[in-house]
Parts: sequence; C-alpha cells; structure tokens
Amino acid sequence: MSPAILLLLALLLGLAGWLAARARAWSFKRAAPKNRLAALPSYYGWYVALWVIVPVLIFIALWSAVEPQLVQQSVLASPAAANLPEFGMQRQTMLAEARAVATGAAKGVFNPDSRVLIEPFEKALFRYNIVGVVSTLLIGFAGGAWSFLRLKPDFRARTKVERIVMGILLLASLVAILTTLGIFVSLVFETIRFFGMISPIDFLFGTHWGPDPMGNPANPDPTRYGAIPLFWGTIYIGAIIAMVVAIPLGLMSAIYLTQYANPRWRKWLKPALEILAGVPTVVYGYFAALTVAPFVRDVALSIGISNASSESALAAGLVMGVMIIPFVSSMADDSIAAVPNAMRDGSLAMGATQSETIRKVLVPAALPGIVAGVMLAISRAIGETMIVVMAAGAAANLSANPLEAMTTVTFQIVAMLTGEGSFDHPATLSAFALGFVLFLVTLALNFIALRVVKRFREAYE
Amino acid sequence: MVTEISENSPAKMRARDVSVYYGSKRAIDSVSIDIETDYVTSFIGPSGCGKSTFLRTLNRMNDTIPSARVEGAIELDGEDIYRSGMDVVQLRARVGMVFQRPNPFPKSIYENIAYGPKIHGLADGKDHLDQIVEKSLRRAGLWDEVKDRLSDSGTALSGGQQQRLCIARAIAVEPEVILMDEPCSALDPIATAKIEELIDELRGRYAIVIVTHSMQQAARVSQRTAFFHLGNLVEYGETSEIFTNPREERTKDYITGRYG
Ligand SMILES: Nc1ncnc2c1ncn2[C@@H]1O[C@H](COP(=O)(O)OP(=O)(O)OP(=O)(O)O)[C@@H](O)[C@H]1O
Ligand SMILES: [Mg+2]
Repeated sequence: MSPAILLLLALLLGLAGWLAARARAWSFKRAAPKNRLAALPSYYGWYVALWVIVPVLIFIALWSAVEPQLVQQSVLASPAAANLPEFGMQRQTMLAEARAVATGAAKGVFNPDSRVLIEPFEKALFRYNIVGVVSTLLIGFAGGAWSFLRLKPDFRARTKVERIVMGILLLASLVAILTTLGIFVSLVFETIRFFGMISPIDFLFGTHWGPDPMGNPANPDPTRYGAIPLFWGTIYIGAIIAMVVAIPLGLMSAIYLTQYANPRWRKWLKPALEILAGVPTVVYGYFAALTVAPFVRDVALSIGISNASSESALAAGLVMGVMIIPFVSSMADDSIAAVPNAMRDGSLAMGATQSETIRKVLVPAALPGIVAGVMLAISRAIGETMIVVMAAGAAANLSANPLEAMTTVTFQIVAMLTGEGSFDHPATLSAFALGFVLFLVTLALNFIALRVVKRFREAYE
Repeated sequence: MVTEISENSPAKMRARDVSVYYGSKRAIDSVSIDIETDYVTSFIGPSGCGKSTFLRTLNRMNDTIPSARVEGAIELDGEDIYRSGMDVVQLRARVGMVFQRPNPFPKSIYENIAYGPKIHGLADGKDHLDQIVEKSLRRAGLWDEVKDRLSDSGTALSGGQQQRLCIARAIAVEPEVILMDEPCSALDPIATAKIEELIDELRGRYAIVIVTHSMQQAARVSQRTAFFHLGNLVEYGETSEIFTNPREERTKDYITGRYG
C-alpha cells in the first residue's frame, strides 16, 4: 500500500473527526443555548481533526521507513530465499527485481532465479499492507475517540488547537535545522576520511592544485592537493571582482530608488531589479561565456595584452557582480528606508543638500544593514558555480592577473565528484573537504551578517 | 485678521498672505505675520490647525513634502525666500529648526555639533571646530554634562539632553532664526524647564519661534503669541495681551480651555 493511500485515509478520518466534533459542539449549544461555548464549534472540529491526523501522519512516516525492512525480512525467512547468494550486488539486485515485479512496477525479471522470490514478496506485501491500513485506522480512531470524549461545553478547544498548531510549526522549523545539521555531519565524515589521507596542512596551505584521480589511491601525492589557488580564485572572483561591481552599483541604485526616484518609477524599477535575482545562474553563465568573456579578451588584445585568454576571472567576476546587485541593493534599500525620516529632516534643516544628507547621515546610519547585505551577497557569490564553469575555466592558477583563467572551490567540487576517480579515492574525497571549508566560510559570513543586522536593529529602538 | 502690521517694520521675517495647500486641501489660509529678533514668538492653537505647516514654510522644509504648495510671500531680511534662484541650503543655514522629537544623528556628540559647521565650511581647522563645538554646547547648557564624553553617541543621551543637543546643533551654524516645533512635548517637566530657560537665554540673539500646546509654556517663554485656528491666524499680539485680554472670542475660548 503506497503512503499516498494511507495519507488519503488519514485525511478522510480527520474530516470525519472534524465533522463529528463540530456537530457535537452544536449539540452542546442547542442543549444549553444560554451558556456560551468556550470556543467556536469549528475549533472543536479542528481539535479532534488534528488529534486524528497528527498521530496518523507520524505513524505513516515511521511505517513507510520500517515497512520495506519488515517485508524483506519475511521474504528472507521464506524457504524460497534459501538459495540466494550470500552477499553482494547480485543478492541485492535479485531482491529488488522480485520486489519490483511484486509491486507491479516491472513486468518481468531478467534473472530467472529471482522469479521464485516474487510470490513470497507478494504475500509479504499483502500482509503488511493490511497491517498498515488497520494500524492507520486504529490509531486514527483512538486519537479521534480520545479527543472526542474530552469535548465538553467548557472545553478550551481554542487554546488547545493553538498549542497543537504551535507544535506543528515548531516541527516544520526543525526540519530545516535538522537538514543543515545533516549536511554538516555528512560533510564532516567524508572530510575526516580525506584528512586521513592528505594532511590538513598540505591541503590548507599548499599552493598547487592538481589531484590525479587515476593515481594510486593508497599513496596520493600531497603536493597536488594544495587548495590555496582554489580559495584564492574563489575570493578573487567572488569577493573582490564581483564586489567591485556589485557594491557601488547596488548601493547607488538603492540610493536612487529610495531618495530620488519618484514613486511611479520606483514601482517599476524595484521589481525589475529584483528580477535579476531570479534569473537562473546558468543563463548568467551563457552571458558570461558567450558575450562578456570574448569582449574582455578583445578589449585586452586591443590594448596590447597579447596573452589574454577567452576564459578569465574578470569575465566571471563581472557577471557575478551583476548577478548579486539585487542582494546588495535590496538590503541597502531596506536599511536606508528604515532610517527614520527625522534623521533626514534633521540634516536637511541644517542646510545640508540631499546628497550630503545621503552621504553623511543616511548611509552611515544604514551602514550595518548595508554591510549585512554585502556579506550575504559575498556568501552567495563564493558559492556560485555555473558562471565559473562557463567563463572562468578549470585551471587552478594562483595569480593576481584578472585576465587569466582561474577556478573556484565550487567548480572543483563538481569536477572532483564527477571525475573518473572511484568514490574512496582522495581526489574524490577532496570535494568533501573543499565543501566543508566552504560551508564553514559561508556560515561564518552569514553569522557575521546576522550579528551586524542585529546591532543595526538596536540602533533606533 | 486683527493684526496691524506696518509695512516698514524692521521684522526679521515677514509673511504676507501665505496660503499652503496639501494637494487641493488648504492647510493655511492667507496668513500674514512678522517675526522679530528681539522676541520669542509662540504659535498656539488646536491640533491640526496648521502650526507645524506654517512653521515649515519659514525655512522651506515643506519642500520635502511633494504635495505641499505655498502661495504668498515670505521674506527674510526683505528677501523673498520663495523666489526662484533662492539658495534653499543657505536659507536653512540661516533659519534653523528643532523638531518635536529629538533627532540627533547616530554619530558622536561632537560629530552631531560639528556636522553643520563642516558642511557649511564655517571652521578653519580643527581647533576652530573644537571651539565652535564647545561654544554651541555651552550656549545650549549642555557642556558641563557632556564635556567628558564628546565621543559617545548622541543617541545615548537622555531625551532632554538629546533635545538640547539638537538645539546646540542648530546654534552651531550661527543661524539668525530658530524654529522649534513643540520642542518639549517628549520631555519631562524638569527637562522642559531646562529648555525653557535656554530659550530665554537665547532670546535677543536669535529670532525664535516656538510651537507649543502648553499655554503655560507660551506664557512663560514668549513675548509674542499667535493663535491659529483652522488654518487662519486668528490673533497675534503681545503674549500678556493675548492671555489676559484676548480680542477674539475664539482665542478666549481656546485659552480658557473651551476646546482644543
Ligand atoms: N504631509 C501632509 N500631507 C497632507 N496633509 C497634511 C500633511 N501634513 C499636515 N497635513 C494636514 O494639514 C493640516 C495642518 O497640519 P499641521 O501638522 O500643520 O497641524 P498642527 O497645527 O501642527 O497640529 P499638531 O498640533 O497636532 O501638531 C492638518 O489638517 C493635516 O491633516
Ligand atoms: Mg504640529
């Protein structure tokens, strides 16, 4: 039985509970029209409905994780499983094949030996489906009955529902946090494995990057795992070139929008700017590779720089800068707009011009918010991959020349993971170490940004 | 209009038939008044009668409100401040303003005062700027309280201190007129008393206009009082006259608390 059907069942049960409880509330009302109910009838309905649905949902979540194991166990216990190969790929394939046929996902099996397993699978699936449906019904009824019996005219269903809703919201927010934690833990695991093969010192301070995925994994050459050129490329493209573009343009457009643009213009310009943030990065990548990079090269050639390549840090950085303008400008816009009008009036009343007021009062007062926006933009830029893939190249050069090809951490992560090395080769594992360090860096940046934003909040309250 | 105005009075500022509109709505209707340096002038009247609106026309702060439009003439030393080509920036340096809520910049106390002199280039050199800051703070009666912490943020001061800081800030550019829009309405009685004392000390050096909702305050600090009602200037004259012997029924009703 697919979870979807169980889910539908749960919703139906919930609906039934809702209707029943509401009817009960109405009956209280009819029985004693003088007395006020402690809550609107629909709250009684929600109270029971939630008591039906939430436990059932939890059960379904657990059940869909456990059920396949139970089925498999009972199949393995059947006599037909006796002559399965002991371990390895083949055993897994056969089991999967038989299961696919039994659930109707596949028509037939490749391996004739799997065929004997189909029937035990069908039987086990049938049995556990029934267990699933019956348990769902039982749990739903139990929750419904328990909560239904608690309904009384003076039952505070409203506050109870409030509490349950809060619990659900809390759960929802935990999902995001737990995911972050999960990402972190999985990265840490692989990173530790990698650092078992290459010392962190060589990795963090080496200046040559060129892992050889085909080399002997047992004896990697640590001098080829120096990540400095990658981090340099990342910072140079994402935090330097891109910011040189994004900070002035973002700031100036924010100032124009908040201080000079008349409301009609503003209504059009602001969303138009924000569209920039919605363009898929791969489209920026095209733009960088097909338009900006050749242009940069042609300009370089025309002013007499002969070795300009068609892939350059400059092209990637410029386009990335344009991409993150909306991040800078919308944060700056918000924080400039948040500066109380009294500040502006105070400055104007001193005889300051509008641009003096902006430079000397508004921007300094909004600075924490602007800085936070820049931080977020930087962490966005250094995590960016597509533009680099398409415009900056794969060569890990440690150079300050923006016309040279460069590569970044994210690009190398993709390259290493999709490379030829086997999964436990240090070249592949290096992707996790790179990701881990990048994760820490962006985390730190976000943390700083949040702290700065917080200080900003305190400034006027 | 009951006020008699001689055409060749030595008034610092003169308003003649000034009307102010917000869009099509008229907030001030044909007001004429003289502001003189020797006196503190108070504007009183019920809420919404246009006191702030009129005050803001005197240094063209209403330019910041897109819908506001001014008719009539306002002169500063005989010069029409609404004529085309008028340097608004210069005007506001000559006609300073203190707002209802203290609004120090989120900068240090020193920088708050130095802001005006710096943008107008009044100080030659750091020493001179220091002098200006000290003089302004002394005049505002704030020097002794803040002299040891000039680098602290202006927003860290108490409300009353902040308001005196704003007055000191206005004084620092050596204005000729200071406009104050309910400068004490956010302050406690002690801070209010300090500001009133300060206004009294500043009298004669600057032409001062103060908007207030407190009759007592108007009676205490001002020598001339203007009573506004529904956008009209109902009565303008010596404060003692207005409070003891108003000529207009509406003034009398307002002063005796019958409305407002
Ligand atoms: N920015 C504005 N746009 C449109 N109308 C305004 C604006 N500012 C004030 N008004 C209107 O102009 C009239 C006068 O307002 P003003 O603020 O001058 O009154 P006030 O006498 O200062 O009142 P209060 O004593 O409450 O401060 C009011 O009717 C008000 O609604
Ligand atoms: Mg007002």
